Amino acid sequence: MKRNKMLLLLALSLVLSVVLAACGGKDKTEEKDATPNKESDKGTEQKEEAGEPDAEQVLNLIESAAIPSVDSAIVEDAVGFNVLNNVNEGLYRLNLENVAEPAMAAEEAEVSEDGLTYTFKLRDAKWSDGTDVTAHDFVFAWQRAIDPATGSPYGPFMMSGVIENATAISEEKMDKSELGVVAEDDKTLVVTLERPVPYFLSLMSFGTFYPQNEAFVTAKGDAYATNSDNLLYNGPFVLTEWDGTGDSWVYKKNEQYWDAENVKLDTINVDVVKDSATAIKLYNDGKKDRAGVSGDLALQYSTHAEAIVQPETSVFYFKFNQEKDGKETPLANVNIRKAIAKSFQKEDLADVILANGSIPANFLVPTDFAFDESGKDFRDISGDLLVYDAEEAKEYWQKGLDELGVTELELEILGGDTELSKKMDEYFKAQLEGNLEGLSIKLKEVPFSVRLDLDTNQQYDIQVSGWGPDFQDPISFLDLFVTDGTNNLMSYSNPEYDALIESSKDELALDPAARYDAFAKAEKILIEDDAAIAPIYQRGLLQLQKPYFKGLAVHPFGADYSYKWAYISGKE
Amino acid sequence: MVKYIGKRLVYMFLTMFLIATATFFLMQTLPGSPIASYSKLNESQRAIVEKKYGIDKPKPVQYAIYMKNLAKGDLGTSFVFKGKSVNDLLSTRLKPSMVLGAQAMVFGTLIGILLGMLAALRQNTFWDYGSTFLAILGSSIPSFVFASLLQYWVASQWHLLPVGLWNDGWKSSILPSIALAMGPLAMAARFIRTEMIEVLSSDYITLAKAKGANGFEIAFKHAFRNALIPLITVLGPVTAGLVTGSLVIEQIFAIPGIGEQFVSSIMTNDHATIMGTTLLFSVFLIVVIFIVDILYGIIDPRIRLSGGKG
Repeated sequence: MKRNKMLLLLALSLVLSVVLAACGGKDKTEEKDATPNKESDKGTEQKEEAGEPDAEQVLNLIESAAIPSVDSAIVEDAVGFNVLNNVNEGLYRLNLENVAEPAMAAEEAEVSEDGLTYTFKLRDAKWSDGTDVTAHDFVFAWQRAIDPATGSPYGPFMMSGVIENATAISEEKMDKSELGVVAEDDKTLVVTLERPVPYFLSLMSFGTFYPQNEAFVTAKGDAYATNSDNLLYNGPFVLTEWDGTGDSWVYKKNEQYWDAENVKLDTINVDVVKDSATAIKLYNDGKKDRAGVSGDLALQYSTHAEAIVQPETSVFYFKFNQEKDGKETPLANVNIRKAIAKSFQKEDLADVILANGSIPANFLVPTDFAFDESGKDFRDISGDLLVYDAEEAKEYWQKGLDELGVTELELEILGGDTELSKKMDEYFKAQLEGNLEGLSIKLKEVPFSVRLDLDTNQQYDIQVSGWGPDFQDPISFLDLFVTDGTNNLMSYSNPEYDALIESSKDELALDPAARYDAFAKAEKILIEDDAAIAPIYQRGLLQLQKPYFKGLAVHPFGADYSYKWAYISGKE
Repeated sequence: MVKYIGKRLVYMFLTMFLIATATFFLMQTLPGSPIASYSKLNESQRAIVEKKYGIDKPKPVQYAIYMKNLAKGDLGTSFVFKGKSVNDLLSTRLKPSMVLGAQAMVFGTLIGILLGMLAALRQNTFWDYGSTFLAILGSSIPSFVFASLLQYWVASQWHLLPVGLWNDGWKSSILPSIALAMGPLAMAARFIRTEMIEVLSSDYITLAKAKGANGFEIAFKHAFRNALIPLITVLGPVTAGLVTGSLVIEQIFAIPGIGEQFVSSIMTNDHATIMGTTLLFSVFLIVVIFIVDILYGIIDPRIRLSGGKG
C-alpha cells in the first residue's frame, strides 16, 4: 500500500501547490493600477515626421498579453481594446492629436439643444466581407453589449447613466429594445442620452460602442469572435492567424476600409512577450521594432539612444482608510492625513526610483489629459495641491497626535509585490518615518488580486493605489471618491464634494466653463482641504522604438495605440 | 499482473477525484473575482454577470455541475479567454510545452547518464571531478540563469539561434530545451554515479570480472541496468513536470506554452483554467508514476508486481 500512500501524498502536494502558487505567483507588469484590465497612455512625441515610406511596409510588434476577446460587447482588457481599435472602427476615432473625429460617421454629429439627442449620419463604408456598415449594426452591437444575457461587464459600465434606459436594461428591469439608440434609416443613427454628457463624442471612439454585423454574429452563434476567421472588420486592418488563445497574430491592411489609401502598413506581426528583458533582446536583435522597458530595467535603459518616454494618464496615490472593522482609524484625523501627504519628496521618487518618465503628481486629474473648450489643460485651471513640505508636515503631525492623545502611531502601507513596488514602499517608509517622529510604518506587499480583496473589505491603513481613465473627462477620476462610490472604499465622505460632482452631471452639464470650475473646487476639497488621498506620481512608460518606425498614435484613454497612420521609413 | 493493474487504475481514478475536489474548493478561497471589471459594476449588474457565468450558485451545486461536465471530458469555459473552452486552450498550449519537455528530458537524461557512468568508472580522476562539478552546477544554478546566459551568448551575441518566440521551427526549441535539460542532467549524473559505484563493488560484478567479461560489458550489461532503478523512480515525476511546462523558461523565451498559463490563471482567478491545468498535470503525474512502476518489473525482475504490495 506504500505506493498508494505516495500517490495520495503527491496529490496533496499538488493541490497545495495551487495554493502556494497563488501566494507566490508574480505578475510581470510593474505595479498595476486599479484598472488592471485597461491601461491608458498618452503621447504626443510621435507626431508625423518627414520621410518617404519604404517599399516594404512590415511592422513587428510585441504585445504584453494574449488576446482574451475581440468581441466589442465583451472586451474588458487593454490588449482587446487595442486590437479592436485597429481592426474595427466606431462613429469616431481618436486622431494623431487625440481629438475624436468622425470615422464611421460621415460628419460631425448633430446635437440637440438640450444635449440629449445626437444624430449621426453614416459614411459609405464596408465590412471586410463586402457588406455595408449600417446604422442597424450599431443598434445591434449596443443592445448586445447592454443585454444581461451577454454578461458583458463593460457594456453596463460604459452605458449606465449615459445612454437612455441603459441602467434599467442592465438590471433586467427593461427590454434591450428600449435602449436609447435607433436606426432611422440605414445611414442615420439617433442616440438619446439619459443626461447631457459633455464627453459623449470621445466615448464614440471607445471599443464598446463599435458596430457589429447582425447577420454575421447571429450566423456564427457561439463561435463568433473565437478566432480571426469568425470576425468581421471595418477598421484599417483585418486580423489574421489568431487562433483564439494563441500568443501571436497578424494584422493585414484592410482593402475594404473607407480610408485605405491613408493606411501605409501592409502587415503587422505581433507576438506576446511577457518578459521585458526578452523583449529588449528581441528588439536589439532587430526582430521587433518597439519594446517596453519594465520598471526594474528602466534605470538601465533610460539613456539608451532609442529610448522614448511614453507619458500615460494613470495617476498613483495613497488611499487613507478612515474606517476599519467599523472603527475609526487614526487616519480619520485630517491632520494626520495631511502630515503624511506632505512628508515625502516626490521628485526623487520619480527620477531615481521609477526613472521611467513618470512625473511627480500634486493632483488627481492627470496632466495632458482633459482640456477645456479653448484647449487649456485642466491642470492649468486647478493647479498644484498638497505639495511636499516637511516642516508643515511636522506641524500637522504634532497637531494630529495631540488631537488623538497619543505620542506614537503604527501604520501599515499596503503595496504591490513587484520589485519596483517594494523599492517604492521602502522609500515611503524611510521618508515618512524620517520626517514624522513617533510614526512607525509596516510594509505589506501582496499580489494584485489580494490587494483588491483587502481594498474591497477596507482591510488596510494606507494603500498605494492608482487609476487609469476610461474616457476623456476629469469626472473619470473625480467620480471615484464620492460618498459610497464603488471605488471609494476608505469611508471618505464630504457632502460639499458630492454636491459639486453631482452638479457637474446635472445643472452644469451644458456649461463647460462652470463645470471645470466645479471640478477644480472638488479636487481642491478632496486633496488640499481633506487630504482624503495623497497623490504620488503620474506614470510614464519607457519604450525602445526604432527610428524608422514612424507615425504611431498613442492615446490617453481607451485603446493604447492606432497603427492607422504608422509607417516604415528608412529601414534599409 | 492484470489484477494489479486493475487495482492501480481504480486508485488512479480515486486520486484524480480527490485532487479535483480539493482543488475546486481550495480555489474558491482565492481572493478576488474572475470578472476583471467587477469593481466597475453596481450590485445588481454584478449579480447578473455572476449568474451568466454560473458563479452565483452555491458552491456544492457548482461543484456538482463541474464534476458532471468533467466526467464527460468537458473542462468548462475560460473566464479570461471569453467564450473559449479550456479544452481548446490547453490543447493548443500543451504542444510547445511537451516538445520542450520531451527534448529536455531525453537530452538531459542521456548526457546525465553518460556523465554519471564516466564519473563512476573513472572514480576520483579528472573525469569524475569534472562531471561532479557539472552536476553541482546543474542542480544548484536555477534554470532561468542558464536560460538567460544561453539567450545572451548564443542568441544575442553570436546570432546562432533565435532569442525567443516559437516561429522558427525546431530552431526555436533548442535553447529552451537545453536550459530545461540542466536539471534532469545533473540529477541523472548524480544518481547514476552513486549507484554505479555501489553496484560496481558488489559480488556479481566481481564474478563477472572473474569470468573474464570486459570493462564495456560489465559497465553496460551488468552495472548500468541495476544503477538505473533509483533514477527511474525520480525521473517519473520530473518528466511529468517538464512536459507540462515551465513557467520561467516559457516566459524567458516567450513560448506560448502551458506553464505560464497555469500561474496566470491563478492570478486572474480563472477558475476553469486553474482546474484544467491542475487536472492535466495530475493526470500526467499519475500516469507517469504508473508507468514507472511497470518499468521496475522490466528492469529488475526481482521486483514482483503481482503481489500488489510493491
